[in-house]
Amino acid sequence: MSDDSANAYWKANIKLVFSLLCIWFLISFGGGILFVDFLDGIRFGGFKLGFWISQQGSIFVFIALIFIYIRAMDKLDSQYKQQPIGGDIESSQGDAK
Amino acid sequence: MSVQVWTYVFVFLSFSLYVGIAIWSRAGSTKEFYVAGGGVHPLANGMATAADWMSAASFIGMAGLISFLGRDGTFYLMGWTGGYVLLALLLAPYLRKFGKFTVPDFIGDRYYSKTARLVAVFCAIVISFIYVCGQMQGAGVVFSRFLEVDVTTGVLIGMAIVFFYAVLGGMKGITYTQVAQYCVLIFAFMVPAIFISIMMTGQVVPQIGFGSELIDGSGYLLDRLDGLSQELGFATYTEGQRSTQDVFFITAALMFGTAGLPHVIIRFFTVPNVRDARRSAGYAIVFIAILYTTAPAVAAFARVNLINSVNNAEYTAMPDWFTKWETTSLIAFDDKNKDGKIQYTGDSDLNELTVSADIMVMANPEIAGLPNWVVALVTAGALAAALSTAAGLLLVISTSVAHDMLKRTFIPSISEKQELLAARLSIFIAVLIAGYVGMNPPAYVAQVVAFAFGLAAASFFPAIVLGIFQKKMNKQGAISGMVVGFIFTATYIIYFKLVNPTANIAENWFFGISPEGIGTLGTILNVGCAYAVASFTADPPDDVQELVEVIRLPGEA
Repeated sequence: MSDDSANAYWKANIKLVFSLLCIWFLISFGGGILFVDFLDGIRFGGFKLGFWISQQGSIFVFIALIFIYIRAMDKLDSQYKQQPIGGDIESSQGDAK
Repeated sequence: MSVQVWTYVFVFLSFSLYVGIAIWSRAGSTKEFYVAGGGVHPLANGMATAADWMSAASFIGMAGLISFLGRDGTFYLMGWTGGYVLLALLLAPYLRKFGKFTVPDFIGDRYYSKTARLVAVFCAIVISFIYVCGQMQGAGVVFSRFLEVDVTTGVLIGMAIVFFYAVLGGMKGITYTQVAQYCVLIFAFMVPAIFISIMMTGQVVPQIGFGSELIDGSGYLLDRLDGLSQELGFATYTEGQRSTQDVFFITAALMFGTAGLPHVIIRFFTVPNVRDARRSAGYAIVFIAILYTTAPAVAAFARVNLINSVNNAEYTAMPDWFTKWETTSLIAFDDKNKDGKIQYTGDSDLNELTVSADIMVMANPEIAGLPNWVVALVTAGALAAALSTAAGLLLVISTSVAHDMLKRTFIPSISEKQELLAARLSIFIAVLIAGYVGMNPPAYVAQVVAFAFGLAAASFFPAIVLGIFQKKMNKQGAISGMVVGFIFTATYIIYFKLVNPTANIAENWFFGISPEGIGTLGTILNVGCAYAVASFTADPPDDVQELVEVIRLPGEA
């Protein structure tokens, strides 16, 4: 991978991770803690929304976030796979594999 | 068959399985011993990670704690799952790309310093050790209650089993036993939960039963629970009691800690490549979420059941489980008004019943009157949870000593065979010490276990993340960050929990943050300190900056 495409890859990676972590924060710390009393005003079935997010919903969102990340990174990997990966970088990792 | 016989059957079967796996998966090289040869399938690693992660505290303790905390119990649920998002997005893939054996390996190489490596070794051993003592103690309690052997014998049996597969198989043996242990523990947790959900709400899925109407026609489960709580003078179940900032800080400390715990991180060294590291983090959270989304439902069911079966009941008419738990003093009845009935209320002057949170999961099947084999399952599950976590922790201690201290720092000339022997010896010694502590639990162990998270959050988590995302972070910054974060967090916890426990009230806390949540402040201090020191010391050498470039790319999948 050339330096340019390595940079582009890393930038795309950062952007993805940052946006997923924003959702992570909004749901868990936002929905589950900071705005929980406000959201408790909304009910569905036997649940108050805030309570449900804090004890169930947030966990489902965490799962979704990780799987979105896995898929997006697979895509990103294959996009940047066209260029050969620098041989010298790989061989310096040889003993670790 | 009686509960006792069923319990022996399940425990015997599950233990034979673990021993069988241990014999089949002996380790022949240090690579097999440290990282299971690096060829574990991501699905198997996901299961092993889940078992490694879910300890006696998750299995026995958590639902019970939530049962008494109500909505505040949220910090365990979100904290211990949300950390996996951080682990998957910020740590696991890069550490797998780095591809060595241990967390101190990464810290030592990335920060090009023996001091950094030794600081990391120290943190890893302290964190893992206080955690493993809690597991041994948990195993001892379960043995003594359900197998009716004394705690010492119980701990000895547990030690012998862990010793057998950890010493023979190292990470390889541990990985495959953890896969089996995950299956045992999740089955043991889910079967009673499903039974109780059907009994109380008619719903097969506990997560749905949690939000459904009770079968006896008294309305929604949670509304009923709120109603009962108010009637008896307890805090309303679905409302919070702790301050928002405290819940916020505790949740964050548990999340950062989860992502920084060495025994969880090293699991990701065992898969073949970066792509599989990401995948197995995904599988791990699914396997963990099965238990973690069921636990709050179990907590609510158990609470309603407990109130219904004890409040205003005749003491002499209490069923068998009540007297059995009384002998362990985890339930205590004090007939204050001498009417022979149990008054269970939130008013401490009138309340006659104290119930330890620890028994809610273990006694729940009995309270609900489930079949004997279901009651017995819980024992096998609790032991699987305690032993799988203990094994993972012991491996961290062993690799820290054999690999990081001997091979990489003090005796680099050591041969592979000697290193393997040293690794086995250090597991042996660690098992002995942990077993001893489990048999003679100092009062503070249980108190301190939860704080392993605070310490991991304040030491490893920032050092690793900065090591990956800040190319210019240097050794001076990282070392001072880890030292400051660790010492600050440890001091705060030791002061409020051991030195001066009477002062442990909200008025005395920094910014209203309890010792449980102080790890978050430790993390912030660590990062602040690292940046401050790094800004006036030299940049890391070029080869280290190159190493960072390399671990950022996925490499060949």
